[in-house]
Amino acid sequence: MKFELLPFLKSMLSVSGISGYEAPIRDVITPVWQELSDRTWVSSHGSYHAIRYGAGTEPRPKVMIAAHMDAIGLMVTGIEAGFLRLTQVGGVDSRILPGQMVTVHGTQRDETVELPAMVVMPPAHLLPKDGQKGPLPQKYLLVDTGLHPAEVERLVRVGDVISFATEPRELSGETISGHTLDNRASVAATTIALDYLSRRKHLWDVIAVATSQEEVGGIGAMGSSFDIMPDFAIVIDVTFAKGPGGGDTVLFDMGKTITITWGSCDHPALYAAMKATADEYEIPLARDFAPSGAGTDAYDIQIAQAGIPVVELGIPLRYMHTPVEVVSIKDIKRAGRLMAEFITDLPLDFMNSVRWE
Amino acid sequence: MAKKYSPKMGKKELDLLTRLSNALAVSGDEQEVREIVYAELQEFKDSMHTDAMGNVLVSREGNEPIRPRVMVAAHMDEIGMMLIKEDGDGLFEFVVIGGVDPRQLVGKPVIVGRKHVPGVIGAKAIHLTTKEEREQELKVKSLRIDVGLGGSKLVEIGDRATFDTKLAVLGPSLRGKALDDRLGVFNLIELLKNAPENIDLLAAFTVQEELGLRGAKTAAYHFTSDIGIAMDSTPANDMPHFDGEENTTHNTKLDGGPAIYLMDGATIGDRRLVKWLTDTADAEKIPWQYRQPGRGGTDAGAIHKTRAGVPSVSVSVPQRYLHSAAGLVRIDDELNTLKLMHAALSRLDRSILNPQEIK
Repeated sequence: MKFELLPFLKSMLSVSGISGYEAPIRDVITPVWQELSDRTWVSSHGSYHAIRYGAGTEPRPKVMIAAHMDAIGLMVTGIEAGFLRLTQVGGVDSRILPGQMVTVHGTQRDETVELPAMVVMPPAHLLPKDGQKGPLPQKYLLVDTGLHPAEVERLVRVGDVISFATEPRELSGETISGHTLDNRASVAATTIALDYLSRRKHLWDVIAVATSQEEVGGIGAMGSSFDIMPDFAIVIDVTFAKGPGGGDTVLFDMGKTITITWGSCDHPALYAAMKATADEYEIPLARDFAPSGAGTDAYDIQIAQAGIPVVELGIPLRYMHTPVEVVSIKDIKRAGRLMAEFITDLPLDFMNSVRWE
Repeated sequence: MAKKYSPKMGKKELDLLTRLSNALAVSGDEQEVREIVYAELQEFKDSMHTDAMGNVLVSREGNEPIRPRVMVAAHMDEIGMMLIKEDGDGLFEFVVIGGVDPRQLVGKPVIVGRKHVPGVIGAKAIHLTTKEEREQELKVKSLRIDVGLGGSKLVEIGDRATFDTKLAVLGPSLRGKALDDRLGVFNLIELLKNAPENIDLLAAFTVQEELGLRGAKTAAYHFTSDIGIAMDSTPANDMPHFDGEENTTHNTKLDGGPAIYLMDGATIGDRRLVKWLTDTADAEKIPWQYRQPGRGGTDAGAIHKTRAGVPSVSVSVPQRYLHSAAGLVRIDDELNTLKLMHAALSRLDRSILNPQEIK
């Protein structure tokens, strides 16, 4: 089975996998990673691990690549006259919710039923003063499944998760849009790296990890780092691309560069080594900043066990945490290639160079 | 008496409605729907032409010696957007066309132009916003349609855009964009295909309803009909009240059947025609409801003021969430609306227009 990026990425963007409920996305990743690795297993918190054994003599050093696979989403908090009330899982700006197509994962029956639905705003005259104008507070939003109230009661219960149902779409200039490109773009890049490595000789053991529950605080990554105990970790996530309403921080041109993070979670020696590899292979790599701690799995991996050196890569993405995130396919390929080149070239004594001055 | 007609939503009907709903036909550029109407009606018309406004005007004559001339209108246009300025990198500033709540635009997939080039309307990442910002509505002026890097070769300013929503069946319901008023267009096509013999059916597939009932005005002038009927869609605000009080201002309710208009912001429904519709519904055991008298308007608002005046009424399919990325209707309400219209037209007699019937 030859690995093909676009169909794989699209299939990942077509399934849910809300933090804590990652089974649907894990099931998409499983057959692809099984093909590209020697052994796979699932962590106690649902992260998916795939190891490729290196060619070096045992005990071999280990590098972990962490890319979270979970998604932000919604959860049912109440059922009223056939309508569902909701809360968020992970960071959701309520202003993006009205009119969003979603899937309700109803568990009232033995088998989970997937109900197509939409988030809706009640008209102003049915709301109190704070619902009259401006963004509607989340507590007033409803989800409509199109089913009669009795049927809703039969299929759905409080606590059921609701995922975005926006379909992946290819846009022009080799870009793609969809929900959960944060961070399935990075899972795709990690898969590209595994694909390269499957055709190369590498001395190190490589453990690819699709982490769970990143959007609620790096929970999957904590346990996975402890379980794997790598010599160092590459964390790959998305970062902010330039775009409308971008903001004041440093932003990156989508399609022109990937990023490496400079900050308190990032080991300077790994930073320098990764940068050198990017220069050698002429892969554009801009510097992103996270001076007071990363908003990624790196934050938790760095302090696992006795401490793990971390290097962070980023794929620029527009409209983060909306169902219409956009990334450049080129950037995904760049990130995959960079990780593959870096790992291919790792000498067995590489950790001797990962030192503080 | 006309032959028994019982409308259904089979594969063929759903296919037509899907094509109508998914078409991009924003007010002022209704061509995609016009093409569907022409293709569907080739065998079911006595005459068909497109007027100066872009309305498609179709007549189908009956067989009886004395036949009322009945104009039935359904609007082809939908609310949407137009690209007005290019920012580079595939980003376009846009304005809205028709009554679009800006809050419905954020985070939506869209299609642009006749080629349906895919794009998105994004929003600033929540991580980069402040709490104060999140309490402010995102203004249209700050939003962009993004068609991807290099997209400027595929679309251009002046192109119209709409939500990229595909019609879907949700149990007993249909969810889709532009069901206001593609359901009316669908119903009017079906009426022409199954036209009663006792009337001359003068069908107006109108343009620019969303910009002020403009197409219906010229269409009605052309037809010189005895009666005018607008088939449209009207809000079903039948959601729960925030504090659990009974919701008495629902306008209409889903599952309540076709909504018959007594009065809206544009028309006082002709009382003889209202009675004709409600009597028909009762006789045929078709569920129906009054649309709660209030504001808003349909093409009847233009039709009834045409020439020396045309007695007019409106019948709508109740719909939740009009003018957003997707509306929601019950299939039964839709079919009952079509059934009521067909039954009413089939029993129509000019005598109901006797002035003495206005009481």
